[in-house]
Amino acid sequence: MAEVVLEARDIVKHYPIKTGVLRRTTGWVKAVDGVSFDLHKGETLGIVGESGCGKSTLGRMLMRLEEPTSGSLQFDGVDMYAQSTSDMRRLRRDIQIVFQDPYTSLNPRKTVGDIVGEPFDIHPDVVPKQGRRQRVQELLDLVGLNPEHINRYPHQFSGGQRQRIGIARGIALNPKVLICDEPVSALDVSVQAQVVNLMEKLQDELGLAYVFIAHDLSVVRHISDRVGVMYLGKLAELGEEDEVYTRPTHPYTQALLSAVPVPDPVLRGKREQIVLEGDVPSPANPPTGCRFHTRCWKAQDRCTTEEPGLTMRGDGVAEHLSACHFAEARAVVETTDMSDHSG
Amino acid sequence: MTTVTTDPSAKQYRPENGRLLDVEELHVEFHTQEGVARALNGVNIYLDQGETLAILGESGSGKSVTAQTVMGILDIPPAKITGGAIRYCGQDLLQMGEEQRREIRGPEISMIFQDALSALNPVFPVGWQIAEMFRVHRGLNKSDALDQAVHLMERVQIPGARDRVKAYPHQFSGGMRQRIMIAMAIALDPAVLIADEPTTALDVTVQAQIMGLLKELQEERQMGLILITHDLGVVADVADRISVMYAGRIVEKAAVHDIYANPAHPYTEGLLASIPRLDRKGQELYAIGGLPPNLTRMPPGCPFHPRCGRARDICSSDDPDLLEVVPGRLSACHFSEEVLNG
Repeated sequence: MAEVVLEARDIVKHYPIKTGVLRRTTGWVKAVDGVSFDLHKGETLGIVGESGCGKSTLGRMLMRLEEPTSGSLQFDGVDMYAQSTSDMRRLRRDIQIVFQDPYTSLNPRKTVGDIVGEPFDIHPDVVPKQGRRQRVQELLDLVGLNPEHINRYPHQFSGGQRQRIGIARGIALNPKVLICDEPVSALDVSVQAQVVNLMEKLQDELGLAYVFIAHDLSVVRHISDRVGVMYLGKLAELGEEDEVYTRPTHPYTQALLSAVPVPDPVLRGKREQIVLEGDVPSPANPPTGCRFHTRCWKAQDRCTTEEPGLTMRGDGVAEHLSACHFAEARAVVETTDMSDHSG
Repeated sequence: MTTVTTDPSAKQYRPENGRLLDVEELHVEFHTQEGVARALNGVNIYLDQGETLAILGESGSGKSVTAQTVMGILDIPPAKITGGAIRYCGQDLLQMGEEQRREIRGPEISMIFQDALSALNPVFPVGWQIAEMFRVHRGLNKSDALDQAVHLMERVQIPGARDRVKAYPHQFSGGMRQRIMIAMAIALDPAVLIADEPTTALDVTVQAQIMGLLKELQEERQMGLILITHDLGVVADVADRISVMYAGRIVEKAAVHDIYANPAHPYTEGLLASIPRLDRKGQELYAIGGLPPNLTRMPPGCPFHPRCGRARDICSSDDPDLLEVVPGRLSACHFSEEVLNG
């Protein structure tokens, strides 16, 4: 496997809950509560989970847009969480982010040229001043926009085109890692495919590593090499895309995958659906032991007291990381034959 | 005509041969600064008792405008209904006065929206809002209406319904709020339920719960369900028939199995090919090039031709009609047979 570019160890983010006139801290929202993983050069690590599971906070922590409560994050052998603000700035050249909402993440008063070229203002040594306009046009061309539109404003572009602008800004500094926080969820299906293809093309051409955060399990499967499933601030399961989707061992992953509707009416009523009871508990007061035990059909006494670690579990043949005391592979996604669905 | 009936079985409208709704040649325009946007250009749909019709389309395709026009909640102006008829049990809703429409909106045709938080009133308890349906339409007194509200909240599986009847919308999770909206929508036992992207704002596990509930209620009450969505997965799971919309018109109509197995319009074909699949790891996704047209400046000929891989000369000059390709299947494409045969 390729070398590790980003190494997260036990990273934690707790937000204080302040109440009363004195704004005293009365509790903590445990948004991210001990996440560890490696990101390899040129690979795509998908992070899936439902709203409130902490996946976006995790994404922001990976470039230290959120100060960590604890943990360490090694990039190229440097602990990002131990750097000064100015050192951090230099490091961010190599780790960039693309946001979900192409409508609010671009400044409406700036032209596309200003937006895509702004990283060069912060890192002037990357491209000499007289070469910037040309570099921005190259970037626009690279993401499939007309380089002549450099003086246009964001409102003159469609949602998909705006997301391309966001991507052009993200890759402007030739980063090694691109954090993508729900980059296609605001887009229509037909436009989503264009942007996903663009991201794959850029990865091949530039050797980028992606952390691809999304709630859409189908998109994540399509684009990812490895996938991590988050539940209430922790990784429940982490493994190769194929492992996690065809042999999930954590009950939460199984329930999540079984709930995704598959666009094939032939499978209607034939797929086993695991319907979870109730809602996700509050991250301010997560359950003891395994966080999923309150909704888990496999839960036993041990699950309420002893927290399962994210370790290699499975049937011995194909194992991957899973945080369940009773991890057991179970196929919940019918794999259909590609040849049945040509066109 | 305007008397309030307290007996729900004494319905004034009876479907003939199970036909609930017939929308014929519906035309809607929006007057905008950019000019006239033709949001609907001759839309035809029908709905029978107990069946689920999915209207599938992307943003701006006209699917929500269709729903709002049928429901009678379109903002006029800027919108303007320029032609067509919406027959409910044989009577044209567009010819009715507002008083009469109000008797249909709720008791006969009802709707749930995508965003339950903004569809519910934030300053009234949820129980009060559900009970309002019974007070206004059935003339029940406060406590009876509230009792009915509790029953409904139990029916849509809200835990501890009796204790939560006085809670406000913000005190519920997204899934629970959507249940409350469903409770309001089915309160008066409507014959038609329109669900406009009912699960788009919800997480996938919650989506499964809500779709399951809708299906159950539909079977229990033999409601006709119109599901407005962009999600091909949800459609495959619940719909009987599909109408695919593009640029304010229906481009393909078929039974659900036919359309997924073998689309007859290049747009449907492209859509199906462009979605990543959970059940297989694909290669590069097929992407429909370009963007949907601006409704104020529609291209001549077929509105899809600038993005269509099969387009030929005729496509940029002649707008194809929605015609039968094989029995039971309609497509608005000059080359629909070719598309259908692969």
